[in-house]
Amino acid sequence: MAALATIGRFFLGFFAQTGQLCMFIAQTLAAMTRPPIYFRMIGQQIMRIGYYSLPVVALTSFFTGGALAIQIYYGGNQFNSEAIVSSIVALGITRELGPVLGGLMVAGRVSAAIAAEIGTMRVTEQIDALTTLSTDPYKYLVAPRVIAATLCMPLLALVADILGIFGGFVVGTQSFDFNAAIYVQRTINFLTFEDVSSGLIKAAVFGFIIAIMGCYNGYISKGGAQGVGRATTNAVVTASILILAANYLMTSLLFSS
Amino acid sequence: MTDKIALYNVHKSFGSKDVLRGVNLSIAEGQSLVVIGGSGSGKSVMLKSILGLLTPDSGSIKIDGKETVGLRRDKRADIDHQMGMLFQNGALFDSLPVWKNVAFRGVNEGMSEADARDLAVEALARVELGPELLDLYPASLSGGMNKRVGLARAIASKPDIIFFDEPTTGLDPIMTDVINHLIQECVQELGATTLTITHDMTSVRAIADKTALLYKGEIIWQGNQEELDASDDPFLHQFINGLPHGPIEVEGQQLETAGY
Repeated sequence: MAALATIGRFFLGFFAQTGQLCMFIAQTLAAMTRPPIYFRMIGQQIMRIGYYSLPVVALTSFFTGGALAIQIYYGGNQFNSEAIVSSIVALGITRELGPVLGGLMVAGRVSAAIAAEIGTMRVTEQIDALTTLSTDPYKYLVAPRVIAATLCMPLLALVADILGIFGGFVVGTQSFDFNAAIYVQRTINFLTFEDVSSGLIKAAVFGFIIAIMGCYNGYISKGGAQGVGRATTNAVVTASILILAANYLMTSLLFSS
Repeated sequence: MTDKIALYNVHKSFGSKDVLRGVNLSIAEGQSLVVIGGSGSGKSVMLKSILGLLTPDSGSIKIDGKETVGLRRDKRADIDHQMGMLFQNGALFDSLPVWKNVAFRGVNEGMSEADARDLAVEALARVELGPELLDLYPASLSGGMNKRVGLARAIASKPDIIFFDEPTTGLDPIMTDVINHLIQECVQELGATTLTITHDMTSVRAIADKTALLYKGEIIWQGNQEELDASDDPFLHQFINGLPHGPIEVEGQQLETAGY
């Protein structure tokens, strides 16, 4: 009986949390579409989420592109490697690794920062103060972060695509003596618009997930410094898992047909 | 005359813990009511229920005769506009400079920067702070200054009702006296109705027209200063004299949701 009670409690807790998150998302979507819209706050968040994440995303994708090129070269057929390396690096980076790794890196950086900031505001009563000053926290705090992250992530993924392919190009031309012009030409010939656009669509969804999980975990945090620390950890973990799960679902939907 | 604020049979629970158990309270226009009570007695929950930050499980809370329980946030904009609140730790927005904190409501409603700074200077002057603070951030303010800037923010929009949550907690005796004095002055100037929650008897004597004692989620005593001094209520006697023994049970555990 005790085991059944434990299982029951787990599922009740899980469904309660899921319901709470769905309500939070619904309130956020309503706040995003109804005035007032705080354009200045959106601009600030674009700088924080997008611009300041550029170095992290750029370096991650550059090295990943290089490592991918090495793996394909040694793992594949070395006689036709020039064609295979360029095409698989381009495909792998644009469809999967650019948006997913970029998303995970931004989740670590941005989701944690959002949860810590909003969580601190919650435990120091700043969110209550906003409400008493006739300001809707969903419009003032949550919506600008979600809009900014959803807009910025596709741009960051595009940067990740370019630098990831460039990483493969650098390794291919410097370590394996591939011809630079042929490498570039084969990459251009092989890539389709759908390869790039599917990655950008994924990235927009990841941006939404990153911001919403950061805001949600910060918003419900309680219990002082320990609570804020827990919110930060939960934000990164849940955002990362949801990014990977959403990636699987979207890959199934976009490419199975 | 209609009461400015009236609570009738307000109940609020968190899980199995009953925090408010039928609170009945009324505050007349222009009156300064101070609610006293120990930690975990439900003071903060009562205050947040009036502010609409928490929704009572049952009962009625009327402001200017208008029922507020169950009212959506966007439907109580008129009520919110006539309220000011001084939070226990100031709750200043640490990402904004002092002038934006003080004139926050105006800035958000499209006031120009020059007008907002003027408004902030005027409100800061009321709490005896100078314009040199305008561009500082809350992190660089002392505890007393933080409280005074919080008070300036609470009164900046000249509200009809002002709430004070433990206004002197954590301050030294001199700063406590300064804050009590400022609260008295501001309230008299504005003619506002005020509700203060505290367990500091110095504040009670300085600012209360009427005092109420909240114990285990119920108002068990209320009266004016003379009645407070003359009362032989054993609960009140134990609380105002800080006696460890008496009818008030000292809670071993804080309510998990206290300060929510």
